[in-house]
Amino acid sequence: MDGMHDMGGMDGFGSPRVESAEPVFHEPWEARVFAMTMLATAAGVFVTDTFRHAVEQLPPDEYLRRGYYGRWLRALERLLLHAAIITPDEIVAHDPDGEAPITAPPTVPFAAPPSAASPGSLRNIDTPPQFETGQRVLVRSMRPPGHTRLPGYVRGKRGVVERVHPGWVFPDTSAHGLGEEPQYAYAVRFQGVELWGADAERGVSVCVDLFESYLEGDPA
Amino acid sequence: MTDEDRPAPPVIRAEAIEALLTEKGLVDAATIDAVIEAYERDIGPMNGAAVVAKAWKDPDYKRRLLDDGTAAIAELGFGGPQGEHIVVVENVPTRHNVVVCTLCSCYPWPVLGLPPAWYKDPAYRSRVVKEPRKLLAEMGLDLAPEVEIRVWDSSAEVRYLVLPEPPADVDARSQSELVQRVTRDAMIGVARIDG
Repeated sequence: MDGMHDMGGMDGFGSPRVESAEPVFHEPWEARVFAMTMLATAAGVFVTDTFRHAVEQLPPDEYLRRGYYGRWLRALERLLLHAAIITPDEIVAHDPDGEAPITAPPTVPFAAPPSAASPGSLRNIDTPPQFETGQRVLVRSMRPPGHTRLPGYVRGKRGVVERVHPGWVFPDTSAHGLGEEPQYAYAVRFQGVELWGADAERGVSVCVDLFESYLEGDPA
Repeated sequence: MTDEDRPAPPVIRAEAIEALLTEKGLVDAATIDAVIEAYERDIGPMNGAAVVAKAWKDPDYKRRLLDDGTAAIAELGFGGPQGEHIVVVENVPTRHNVVVCTLCSCYPWPVLGLPPAWYKDPAYRSRVVKEPRKLLAEMGLDLAPEVEIRVWDSSAEVRYLVLPEPPADVDARSQSELVQRVTRDAMIGVARIDG
């Protein structure tokens, strides 16, 4: 989906705020949310792809306002509700003055909670990779409505395969419970001028990790 | 802004979720504490620093690290979530590597721990792919115009670790002295090693 999360190349955010001697967690609740999310993932309540998609589905203003672990908290709550592990009434009982739980069904269904702990997402693929290092590729100009790991700023752009990665569970299907559909991923290198035009900074390239089905061969 | 729009204080909501999961016997405070403690104490940039310092002193290890980062890092006992497949990219005088995740904030946890706030900041995520030279300068790293910059956007499940250039006195220093010189920011690629 084309959400606020897909922010590569956006303008207007200013300079990053760099803290010195930064703690791992700024508030105790952030640490609790982090740990509960890790435990829920390890228990197989949801897969990471589904969790990322729950974060992406926050409205753009909310995505920015809540901050990193605030987004995690909202996504965790939504997935625990979806898995029927907790109910909206229970949340209200514990937090009567808080905002309403998100009970609306997600725009694209989340994955059903798997029964067993989810394995890692590396997968062996029997067939050879379609592309090889040094090959020119064109990124498909696609706009999937659900979860995708294809950043907007490389769609329709031409690059060169820099590295061939192993096979992985395909996030675009896995996030929605549509199967693992493992694919090879590739680090594809794009020149700055290809991505940003003639005014791009000189001597800059960007390597983006892209799944095989995002790519086609570029005869040019 | 209406009451409905106002964000709940996250502290109350996080406590509510934890209380419910605890009541249902799905989590307990001690297990949560243990996860937090691991990331506050054991899993952090000191792990990556050990990897980098060893690579600076041991050419065979460096070769293995650049060839198969995951396996070479596992030799030192580091692995786990967000470290399934780690690729190490080497900074050299003519080419500088820097890492980002524009879509969320993917980061090689086993070697660097959890990411700092600026790495998750929209300012970093949006700009480092588009104007890395300018952004790095704002963050205190001025690269000469002839130095090529290569940005790695970890948009899939590969996690990247930058092998920084060693300090000038690398040969005169022990591996344990060098560990102290390696910084988190240098292993992300937004800083160089002093000296």
